[in-house]
Amino acid sequence: MDVLTLSRLQFAVTSMFHFIFVPLTLGLSMMVAYMETRYVASGNELYLKMAKFWGKLFLINFALGVVTGITLEFQFGMNWAEYSKYVGDIFGAPLAIEATVAFFLESVFIGVWIFGWNKVSKKMHAVSIWIVAFATNLSALWILLANGWMQHPVGYVLRNGRAEMVDFLAMVTNPYGLLKFGHQIVSGYTVAAFFVMGVSAWHLLRKNRPDFFITSFKMAATFGLVSTLLVAAIGDFHAVEVAKTQPAKFAAMESIWETKHGVGLNLFLLPDEKRECNAIERLCIPNMVSMLAFHTPNAEIKGLKDIPKSERPPVSPVFYSFRVMVGLGTLFILLSLVAVFLSRKGKLENYPLFLKLLVFAIPLPYIANQLGWIVAEVGRQPWIVYGVLKTSDAVSKAISTPQVIGSLVGFTLLYGVLGFVDIYLLAKFARKGPDDDLSAIIKPTRK
Amino acid sequence: MELQIIWFVLWSVLWAVYFMLDGFVLGSGMLHVFLGKNDGERRVFINTIGPVWDGNEVWLITAGGATFAAFPTTYALMFSYLYTALLLLLFALIVRGVSYEFRGKEDGALWKKTWDIAILVSSFLPALLFGVAFGNIFAGFPMDAAGYHGSLIYLLNPYGLLTGILFVLLFLVHGALYLEVKTVGDLSRRAGAAADKLWPALLVVAVAFLGYTKFATKLYDNYFSAPYLLVIPLLAVAALLGIRIFSAKGKPLAAFAASCVTILMVVFTGVIGLFPNLIPSNIDPAYSLTIFNSSSSPYTLKIMTVVAFIFVPIVIAYKIWVYRVFRGKVTVEEVLEDRGAY
Ligand code: HDD
Ligand code: HEM
Ligand code: HEM
Repeated sequence: MDVLTLSRLQFAVTSMFHFIFVPLTLGLSMMVAYMETRYVASGNELYLKMAKFWGKLFLINFALGVVTGITLEFQFGMNWAEYSKYVGDIFGAPLAIEATVAFFLESVFIGVWIFGWNKVSKKMHAVSIWIVAFATNLSALWILLANGWMQHPVGYVLRNGRAEMVDFLAMVTNPYGLLKFGHQIVSGYTVAAFFVMGVSAWHLLRKNRPDFFITSFKMAATFGLVSTLLVAAIGDFHAVEVAKTQPAKFAAMESIWETKHGVGLNLFLLPDEKRECNAIERLCIPNMVSMLAFHTPNAEIKGLKDIPKSERPPVSPVFYSFRVMVGLGTLFILLSLVAVFLSRKGKLENYPLFLKLLVFAIPLPYIANQLGWIVAEVGRQPWIVYGVLKTSDAVSKAISTPQVIGSLVGFTLLYGVLGFVDIYLLAKFARKGPDDDLSAIIKPTRK
Repeated sequence: MELQIIWFVLWSVLWAVYFMLDGFVLGSGMLHVFLGKNDGERRVFINTIGPVWDGNEVWLITAGGATFAAFPTTYALMFSYLYTALLLLLFALIVRGVSYEFRGKEDGALWKKTWDIAILVSSFLPALLFGVAFGNIFAGFPMDAAGYHGSLIYLLNPYGLLTGILFVLLFLVHGALYLEVKTVGDLSRRAGAAADKLWPALLVVAVAFLGYTKFATKLYDNYFSAPYLLVIPLLAVAALLGIRIFSAKGKPLAAFAASCVTILMVVFTGVIGLFPNLIPSNIDPAYSLTIFNSSSSPYTLKIMTVVAFIFVPIVIAYKIWVYRVFRGKVTVEEVLEDRGAY
């Protein structure tokens, strides 16, 4: 394998690994902040125990999110030096801003939250987790504006042999980036909601601490319903933006080969890349794809055959990933509806089968998140910056195949071990349940 | 002043502050196994850096990000040229971060020992590698029209290694002083004794470094043309001596402040000598990466300057606040009460 293929593989491995931890951080920080606020407002210790228990799981997850992020930032220079030289003038800015405005906040106030139970006031303690939650979401904004720029470059000119920024505001208000941000944070909230519901369901099935886990479950169900509805709604607008700016990706997402007006959506479809057509098309909803793409029933959709082969992404991974993501999204809405209904009625314990289902549903939103990134990134190929720079021209010139094999193997082994330990610890503390001894926390605040 | 010069200054400040702050975390990571006789004591040492290590590491991420945004060509070439060294650095930083988090999550002695050793190795390696990298930057990279002619083995030349050892010793003394300040009783005395023992070695290596720099680099050229700049290296030497003087007088906090100044001034001494280069070429000066030939466009620099001037002071303000919140000493009783994570 050459340096290019290896570097792509390495970027995929390291970014997808980072992305196992990021979504839960985005959502669980919000939920823990809300729990602690309820405690401060009501004085009810149940909410404090909730904040402590879910907060502990949050921290175990957070640790790996932090350390795997550094890899990504270094890799732009290490493996994608030509890319960094060519677009650094505009792409470097959001990364530097992210570190300055978001990572500092996040990392400093997480310290206050972990170690500050007796050092700051109750209110300040709750504020510090809100700051962490706000900052993680803010870091998502900047990184997604950066990635949004790669998907749909704006606010630049080609000059002095590189892409130079001429309009910062255009980059910051890039609809592609903002939609990505919207879609991403609510898909992170979805992960957290299903995580909390699933862990709670596991305990409810064993009749552990029903008070604690029913309250947690209810909170997560509501949070989940709102989030899943938003994921789908924003995802729909996101698809419109894709159709407008990256017709090749859109055609691959829906596996459309011929350019046509009023394209229908086949519920069952198998693409055949070799023969450039679909092997099976069944159960067609008329005009649906045109509706999805442009919100008008008769809109024209460009087919893959009208796009030069050298500018088409691989169709199957993009198509299947998109299908499954959207399918899962629909399933999540149904599950959260039932969850909200049953938990409001106080009937959760009567439906062990549903609870079991929710335990097994914990990984699904994670999978949807990974698939979403496959749609976004693989669908953008062969471009690294859409229409501006090809991935094959972006890779570093100074690195050699053995070097990248070494690093890829190293990352895989190291991440394998750490991921294993992290999941082991998460499972251990999730099963252990809440700690009732609050004596180390609740005592007169020093000074 | 030209924007590139502002960014050169900011770039140096970010690196210098990073070394000052992460320096004592790396130092304490290299020492806690040796200074703590049992798990309780080791936890005390770990908890002294617990609330702040992550915030300190972000200075590195910001320094990297600032290099990317302001000097993208340097970022691209430096990171790809130093591929293997940076990879080792990354692995170490990853292991260090999770070790602090994982160590307290199980009770077994083997579990704790594993993460203690992981902390030791993953604190030593970055200290050494940063030193080696900066030594080589000071000396210049072998690069010309055909690109880069170095390798990991090349980086381990005598001057690079000497700078690596200098960094390790600087951080060891710095970390020991930090632990002395943040703990009480026997623990504090042990940490202080370690600082005293390490200091003479630091002095010897620092003198050797200053001497060898004359032969291995062109850093002194700038000082010949503008002798008033010598104030910075003189401050570095004065602060280094100050560490010893304050320690002897039984003033660990002042000694720690002196070691902060030492680290800042050592970094500034180097970068002033570099100016206007970011990475000189030691085979063909025409291919040196300077702040002028590798910078972003004036527009980007302007935007980034505005961002930096608004947000860096805010960051500094809340960091000072946090250090004040956690200003007390960490004791065995407090840690055993399990008030926090590590
Ligand atoms: C949608 C959100 C999102 C996306 C797309 C990415 N990240 Fe990330 N990143 C986060 C959301 C996030 C986070 C939730 O904010 C993390 C996880 C844990 C944490 O501390 O912050 C984080 C941590 C994190 C850190 C460590 C920060 C620290 O030490 O506190 C770095 C350096 C990066 N990321 C860099 C990147 C890069 C270069 C990415 C692109 C390839 C990237 N992240 C994708
Ligand atoms: C600013 C953010 C991001 C940037 C700049 C970025 C850039 C890149 C680059 C340089 C590559 C390698 C070249 C390529 O094959 O396209 C890549 C591939 C990939 N990235 Fe991203 N990426 C970002 C975010 C992410 C995230 C957060 C994920 C989440 C998991 C992700 C998933 C992938 C995948 C799956 C590939 C493999 C695609 C392929 O090789 O065909 N990306 N991206
Ligand atoms: C329910 C209907 C959904 C629709 C219509 C939808 C739509 C989309 C579209 C069009 C993209 C591609 C963006 C691009 O190419 O740049 C995308 C990406 C993505 N999706 Fe979805 N999605 C849905 C559900 C979900 C669910 C349930 C999750 C996870 C819980 C999810 C997570 C993601 C992620 C993480 C990305 C990559 C980041 C991004 O581009 O925003 N999506 N989605």
